[in-house]
Amino acid sequence: MAGDTVAAWSPALALVPAGVAAALIRLSSRAPALRETWSLLASGLQAAVVLSMIPGAAAGVVLETILVELAPGVPLVLRADALGCVFAALSSGLWVLTTVYSIGYVRGLHEHAQTRYFFCFALSLFAAVGVAFAGNLLTFFLFYEILTVSTYPLVIHKETPAAVQAGRMYLAYTLTAGVALLGAVAWTQALAGTVEFRPGGILGPLPSGTLWPLLGLLVLGVGVKAALMPLHSWLPVAMIAPTPVSALLHAVAVVKAGVFGVVRIVGYVVGPDLLASAGAWSAVAWLAAGTILAGSLLALAQDNLKRLLAFSTVSQLSYVVLGVALGTPSGAVGGIQHIVNHGVMKITLFFCAGAIYVATGKERVSQLAGIGRRMPVTMGAFAVAALGLAGVPPAAGFLSKWYLIRGALEGGQWPFVLVLLASALLNLAYFVPIIVSAFFRPPDEAGEGIAEAPATLVVPLALTAAASVLLGVAPDLPVAFFSLASRAAGEILGGVVR
Amino acid sequence: MLSDHLPPFLAVVPLLGALLAPLLGAVRPRLVHPLAVAAGAATAGLSLLALREVLARGVIRYHLGGWAPPWGIELVLDPLSAFTAVAVSGVGALALLYAGPAAAGREGREAPFFGLALLLLAGLMGMIVAGDLFNLFVFLEVASIAGYALVATGGGRALVAAFRYLILGTVGASLYLLGVGHLYLMTGSLNMADLAQRVPELASPRVLAVAVGFVVIGLGIKMGLFPLHGWLPDAYTHAPPAVAALIAPITTKAAAYALARILFSVLGGAEGLGRAPLLTVLAWAGGVAIVAGGVMAIRQTDLRRLLAYSSVSQMGYIALGIGLANPAALAGAFLHILNHAMMKGCLFFAAGAAAARLGGPALTDLRGMHRRMPWTTACVVVAALSMIGVPPAGGFFSKWYLLVGAVQGGQPVLAGVILAGGLLAVVYMFRVLEHACLVPRDEDEHAGSDPALERREAPPGMLVPLLALGVGILAVGIWNAPIVSGVLGFTAR
Repeated sequence: MAGDTVAAWSPALALVPAGVAAALIRLSSRAPALRETWSLLASGLQAAVVLSMIPGAAAGVVLETILVELAPGVPLVLRADALGCVFAALSSGLWVLTTVYSIGYVRGLHEHAQTRYFFCFALSLFAAVGVAFAGNLLTFFLFYEILTVSTYPLVIHKETPAAVQAGRMYLAYTLTAGVALLGAVAWTQALAGTVEFRPGGILGPLPSGTLWPLLGLLVLGVGVKAALMPLHSWLPVAMIAPTPVSALLHAVAVVKAGVFGVVRIVGYVVGPDLLASAGAWSAVAWLAAGTILAGSLLALAQDNLKRLLAFSTVSQLSYVVLGVALGTPSGAVGGIQHIVNHGVMKITLFFCAGAIYVATGKERVSQLAGIGRRMPVTMGAFAVAALGLAGVPPAAGFLSKWYLIRGALEGGQWPFVLVLLASALLNLAYFVPIIVSAFFRPPDEAGEGIAEAPATLVVPLALTAAASVLLGVAPDLPVAFFSLASRAAGEILGGVVR
Repeated sequence: MLSDHLPPFLAVVPLLGALLAPLLGAVRPRLVHPLAVAAGAATAGLSLLALREVLARGVIRYHLGGWAPPWGIELVLDPLSAFTAVAVSGVGALALLYAGPAAAGREGREAPFFGLALLLLAGLMGMIVAGDLFNLFVFLEVASIAGYALVATGGGRALVAAFRYLILGTVGASLYLLGVGHLYLMTGSLNMADLAQRVPELASPRVLAVAVGFVVIGLGIKMGLFPLHGWLPDAYTHAPPAVAALIAPITTKAAAYALARILFSVLGGAEGLGRAPLLTVLAWAGGVAIVAGGVMAIRQTDLRRLLAYSSVSQMGYIALGIGLANPAALAGAFLHILNHAMMKGCLFFAAGAAAARLGGPALTDLRGMHRRMPWTTACVVVAALSMIGVPPAGGFFSKWYLLVGAVQGGQPVLAGVILAGGLLAVVYMFRVLEHACLVPRDEDEHAGSDPALERREAPPGMLVPLLALGVGILAVGIWNAPIVSGVLGFTAR
């Protein structure tokens, strides 16, 4: 069921471009063009290596590299299974576009410390692919912490007092979570005798009284990056960072690593059987459902566009958690699919917000009246992605929601259907007014002379908007995401899902 | 040939250097530093050779003058002592290299300084290879007296700090000697291997408990175990930078090694001590030290003092591991001896370099450091991540083994303390990093964004040992498994 495991170098090779690029970027601090070339080259190479592994992973062939021993009996192992490939392909695919976008953005705003910026960006992607391919909990933790540390300088990039404050909060949340996760890893090692990821979990029947504390540590450990309420507060605050960094946080690496971690741990460490026996499914599912509704409600109250998007992320991430916690095949497929779909749609929205900021300096929803006439491509992409998030075809959001609802019905858990529908309405309630006012309200007088942002910003956002439509129409076409998600769901729940 | 005589050489080589230094200083003062570096490097090289030999051939026992124990003096090298010797002499040699430029501007003082430094190293190496309790005491005193004198070379407030160090250090050594005296009266032996056989047969466990209590408290003072750490913050803060860089990383480690050696090789560890709660008390004392040291470190505004309290916290990890006394925890404790020596060395090297280049030891003096001293700052970042316990830096892995040991030992509270100590380290190390990397210097703000900000990187003589430790921290992290399973004897079940 887990497919054939084949020793190969490809999973480790996927880490090389970003790692080498980080070093090269650091060394070419005096040459901006060279620095950007390294970033582009590395992102392209990384995407190529990851994509080359996908057909195999979708067919059930798992490539595995065992590097050094991290501790006696616990190797540093990278394994490109179906679930890992979903996250790795999403991250590296979006990194290519984010790099192009970043170059336009930092040039357009004459940002300082560009070497540090591109250096940390490359390091974050190195860590993200490591998280995706980690074959055991200790390897996972290693890359998870590298991700935390390498994104911190990006969060405080502006170095203003507010940014430093946000950075402190970011570190306080993520490193506390890291500590909880580390405790859980050591505990798992003691209970199970191994920390390897295996489909269906490694924890057998536990001594009474250990499941809930262990589960609590695990949920705390990955729940902060996944922005599960009430662990989400760092995410809106971190919006102080430059927009491509927000894209990195929201779509490419950080929060995706969090929800990916939830799926990994639920499916490959704790295991569905154990969760079902303790009734923990519904606890996690209700936590996720609460986050979905509360995140959407909070998004309604925001005027700052990036903060609105941040709360929307909080809400959308819990779709993934809910999908897995439903414990039904369709739910898991929908949840894993939503990692990709949300990533592509949310990065489009952040790209749009950044393009608006570069072109006009505007950050607030209330300032966007009539802007759609001056920046039609940007706002068009915004509309496609925003409606997609709410579940309106043709963008991909409706597909994952369809599977989520099917999953809820399969399990006879109709309250969650209502939650999903209510959330869709709330999504419409905060996105539609933006779109309407951008296209149909007259612009204010100060809006003369506004035009589309430079091509380096507009092309990536148009491409991601197109990708989100393509994912909705043909979910297996650019990359076999749907097959991967089905296989991963099958591995977790022990059955083939169609 | 040589390998048969390795144990005495480890102590004799630095001792010879210590004797030659004043003589050479009278003729060619400029050659004293190269001599000291050569002696330190030779000691480190011999330690590595010793480690290789011990791993290949097993324990090396050396009888001075051919007198057999328990009457003669015995020196012992086993994997643990060879490993500790490598850690202490390696970091010590780098500190001697670093001390050249750090001691510059003190013409004519090289000879006494490097003489004392080598004497300190000789004492520590002697403690590590000593096979009997009395020689351990002698070498402990050699190292301590050299240490008091070195701290006192700072003059001014360093004199007071050195006096305090002297008083408390002597109390510690006396308590240790008192304990050893009790043991000798009860058993008639001082040789560790001999004692290990006689101690279980003792009739009076109460006298034994008193003896062991004296030994543990005495060595606890020497290793700066909270609340016996009173000498440590002032000594580290007011000592000259070159001295702090030498003393802080390695002296407490040799005392911790001696404690572990006595508890396990002489008293038989958890089995030998039986129901006596000594190990449990030590583990909990370590836990308290982790928290107390961390909390006090957070409140400091002077970098060297902050690092000193961080040492109190980190020595707590080592005591905790020794107290837990299971294979995983002991592997963690010994790995932490190496890791902490490297990261604390790295940070004190950087503190000295920053004080020389940026004008002072206060945290606020570090502002703008990353632009002026990028390589030094990079090393500080690596050492800070190691202190916090972020993989793949070495410090993470010692904490990992300690954590596994605590969980296996059924001590969830201590496991929580190990984790919480990491969070305290986040707070105090990020205070350092924020000043060094984020807060601009006043003159930078007036000067605008990027004009001729002169690079003021540390001189090569300081930077090389600094970078060596920075790289070493990462290397030990990535390749810790061979060390832990091959040297420290902790293998997967």
